[in-house]
Amino acid sequence: MAINVSECQAVKVIAVDGSIDGKTAPEVQGEILPAVAGIDRVILDLSQVDYMSSAGLRMLLTLYRQFQARKGRIALVGVSEEIQDVMSHTGFIGFFALADTLEEAVALLEGTS
Amino acid sequence: MIEGTDRIDYYPTHELGGYRARAGRPIPFGATLVPGGVNFSIYSTHATACTLVLFEKRASEPMAEIPIPSAFRMGNTWSIMVFGLEYEEIEYGYRFEGPWDPEAGQRFDPRVIVCDPYAKVIGGRDTWMGDPEWDRPYPHRSRLAFEDFDWEDDKPLEIPTEDLVIYETHVRSFTRHPSSGVKAPGTFAGLREKIPYLLDLGINCVELMPIFEFDEWENSRRNPETGETLVNYWGYSTLGFFAPKAGFAATGKYGMQVDEVKALVKDLHRHGIEVMLDVVFNHTAEGDHRGPTISFRGIDNKTYYMLTPEGWYYNFSGTGNTLNCNHPVVRGMVIDCLRYWASEYHIDGFRFDLAAILGRDQNGAPLANPPLIESLAHDPILARCKLVAEAWDAGGLYQVGSFPNYGRWAEWNGKYRDDLRKFLVGAEGGVGALAQRLQGSPDLYWYRGASASVNFVTCHDGFTLCDLVSYNGKHNESNGENNNDGANDNNSWNCGAEGPTNNEEVNALRSRQMRNALALLLFSQGVPMLLAGDEVARSQGGNNNAYCHDSEISWFDWTLVDANAGLLAFTKRLIAFRKAHPVLRRSHHFVHRDDAQVGLPDISFHGTQAWRPEWAGWSKALGVMLCGAYAPGGADDDVYLATNTYWEGLWFDLPRPRAGRRWHVVANTGMAAPEDAFDLGQEPLLEDQDRVLLGPRSVLILVAR
Repeated sequence: MAINVSECQAVKVIAVDGSIDGKTAPEVQGEILPAVAGIDRVILDLSQVDYMSSAGLRMLLTLYRQFQARKGRIALVGVSEEIQDVMSHTGFIGFFALADTLEEAVALLEGTS
Repeated sequence: MIEGTDRIDYYPTHELGGYRARAGRPIPFGATLVPGGVNFSIYSTHATACTLVLFEKRASEPMAEIPIPSAFRMGNTWSIMVFGLEYEEIEYGYRFEGPWDPEAGQRFDPRVIVCDPYAKVIGGRDTWMGDPEWDRPYPHRSRLAFEDFDWEDDKPLEIPTEDLVIYETHVRSFTRHPSSGVKAPGTFAGLREKIPYLLDLGINCVELMPIFEFDEWENSRRNPETGETLVNYWGYSTLGFFAPKAGFAATGKYGMQVDEVKALVKDLHRHGIEVMLDVVFNHTAEGDHRGPTISFRGIDNKTYYMLTPEGWYYNFSGTGNTLNCNHPVVRGMVIDCLRYWASEYHIDGFRFDLAAILGRDQNGAPLANPPLIESLAHDPILARCKLVAEAWDAGGLYQVGSFPNYGRWAEWNGKYRDDLRKFLVGAEGGVGALAQRLQGSPDLYWYRGASASVNFVTCHDGFTLCDLVSYNGKHNESNGENNNDGANDNNSWNCGAEGPTNNEEVNALRSRQMRNALALLLFSQGVPMLLAGDEVARSQGGNNNAYCHDSEISWFDWTLVDANAGLLAFTKRLIAFRKAHPVLRRSHHFVHRDDAQVGLPDISFHGTQAWRPEWAGWSKALGVMLCGAYAPGGADDDVYLATNTYWEGLWFDLPRPRAGRRWHVVANTGMAAPEDAFDLGQEPLLEDQDRVLLGPRSVLILVAR
C-alpha cells in the first residue's frame, strides 16, 4: 500500500495504491489526515485500489464526516466497478461524489462548492 | 476531553494464550467491540468450563484457544475482553465442558466448537449455495459486526396498523429470476432496486420471509425424479437469531450483509415503506437428538430446549425440537434479539412463526398469561413495533381470535383465509361468514378492533392466488415426498380444468375469481396482506409447499408484469382506492347504528333487495354499504360492495347513499380489463342509480360522492 500526494488545478489529490482493509485503513487515514489539514477540498484517487473491505469503507466515511464538519468536500476518482457496487449495495455511495477522471472531480468539487 | 480509549479499565491485565486480556463485562451478551479489543460474554447454567476459540477467517484450525479463567465467571456467565484482534479477520466460537447425560437433558461435548447464540454475523454460508465444505470443523462461525451504520435521521415509520397494506415476499425469490433486470439478482440489494415497483403497486409494508442466518444445505437432497437439488429454501430454521442471512446479500462474500440490510431498510423507509420480519423463535436448526450440535445444544441444552422428562426433544414445531421460550433466560434472549433488530436495524414489525409455541410453558402446556408474549407487548423499545402472531402451532394449539394479546398483538387471521376461499367457490353458508370477515372479524376480535386482524387469502404457505383458482388439489410431486407434504384443505377450485388450459371460458373465470379475491381483501376492515406475485398471477404449478425449491417454481417471473398487466392495474387501483378511503380502514368495529343521525348507519347489509340481506345458507349474494360519515376523520364518501357467487348474473337493487351523493363505479370484476376498475376520481357515474346487474361470480364496488 502506497500513498501519493499531488495537485490537479490547485486541488489536492491523494492517490492510494493497494488494498484498503482492516490492516491498512488506519495507515491510510493516518497519512491522509495531516495532508488535508486546513484544506476544504480534496480528491481521493482510488484507481489503483483493487479491494476495499468494510473497514476501508468506514475509514472513507469517517473522512467524509470530518470534512463535512468543516464544510469541506471530498470527491472519489477511479473507483472500480466492483467497489462501486459494494458501496452502492451497502449505502455508502450516497455520501460521496464520484468521478471518472481528475478533471471531472475538480469540476464536481467546484460545481458543488 | 477524555477519549474512549482513555478509560482506565480498557487495558489488559492478563496474558492468555498469547493474547492480552482482562475480565470481561457479562452484559451485553455476545461479542462487542470496545476500544482496542472485543468483549466476549456467554451464558450457560450447567457448563463446568468454557474456552474461547479464535480462528483466522476461514482457517480450518483455530489460531488460539483461550480457556476463560474461573475468576472471569460471574454467576452463570463467562466473559473476557481480548485485545489486539483484527475485527474483520477473525471468527470465534466456544468449547463448553459439562456433563453428557441425555436422560438428564445434558449434551455437552467439548470436542465441538459452538456458535455464539448472540453472534451478529455468522460465517460459513457467505454466498448462496456456495461450497459447504462438508468436512470443515466448526461450519457456522461467529463473527464480529461493525455497528456504526449511518442512519442519518431515519427511524421506524410507525404507520398506524390499520393503514398498512402488507406485501409478503421471499428476498431471494423476488429478484432471482433472470427477468428481474437487477444488478444483483436474489439479494437485499436486488430488492432495493425494485422499490419503484413497490411504490407503483402502492403497498406500504414489506414482510420478509426469514432473513436470520440459516443453512440452505440443511436436509438438502436430490429429487429422484428430476435430479434437481432440493434445499432449505424458505429458511424457517434459524442458525443464529442476531445474524442476517449472508447468502441473501450481494456483499455477503465481503461480510457486509449487515450494512446491506440496513441500506435496504433505510431506503424503503425513505420511500414510506415499512419492513416487517418473519421471525422463527419456535425451533432452531439443530433438529432432534439426531441433529448436529451447532450452538444451543452444546451450550445449555436443558435451558434452550423443551425436553420430555426422559430428555427427548418435544416437537411442537414439527421440525424436531422446540425452543424453550418461556424459560427466563431464553425469554431474555428473544427479547434481546427483537430489541436488537428494532433498534439496530430499524425494523418496523415482526410476524412470529408458529407463535402459539411462545405461549407454552416449559413442559409444553399452554399458559393463560405467557410471560414472553406479555413482556414483548410491554417492552419499551418494541412499544411501537407491530407484533403479529401466526396464532397456531404444529402441536395442535390453535389460537386465532384468542391469542394472548395485551392490547398489542395482531394475528394472521387464518379464519379470514378459509372463509374467503369458501365464499369464493360458492360454499353453503358462505355469506354469513363473509359478513364477519368484511367487518374485520368482530366475532374473533370483538374487543380488540379490526386492526388485530391481518387479512389474507394467500401467503407463502399454500397456493398462490393463481393456483388457488387453477387447481383443485396440490401438486407437490417435485418436493420428493410423494405429494404427502403440504396442506390438503385448500378450499380451492380450478374453475373447470386442472392446471393451465386454453379454454377461454375457464381462463376468464379464473381471471375474475382472482379479481374477486383481491377486491374483497382490499375492501375488508383489518390489515390486508398480499403474497408477492399474486398481483401478476404468479403460479407455482400447483405446488402448495415450495419450501425446497430454488427454481422457477419459487421465483417471481417479471415477464408476468407485462403478460398480466390487466390484473396488476386492477390491483393497483384497488390499493389506491383503499388508501384514499379511511372508511375502509377503521380501527374500531362498526356498531350498526346511525348514532350521529347522518341518515345511514355506519354499516348496513343488503341482498339483491336493498336493506334485505339474505343470510340463508344457500344465499350467494351479499351487499354491504359503509357510510363515510363514520370514517376516521368523518369526511369520507359512502361505499358499497356487492358480491355474487351464483353461476348466473343477478340484479341488485341499490341502497341510496347519503342525500346529494350518487353512485360511481370503482370496480366491477364482471367487466373485462381495463373496464374492471378505474383510477381515483375517474370512476364513471352509474347510469341507473336504483339497480345494477352483477354478472356471474363477480364483485362490484361503488363510491358515492
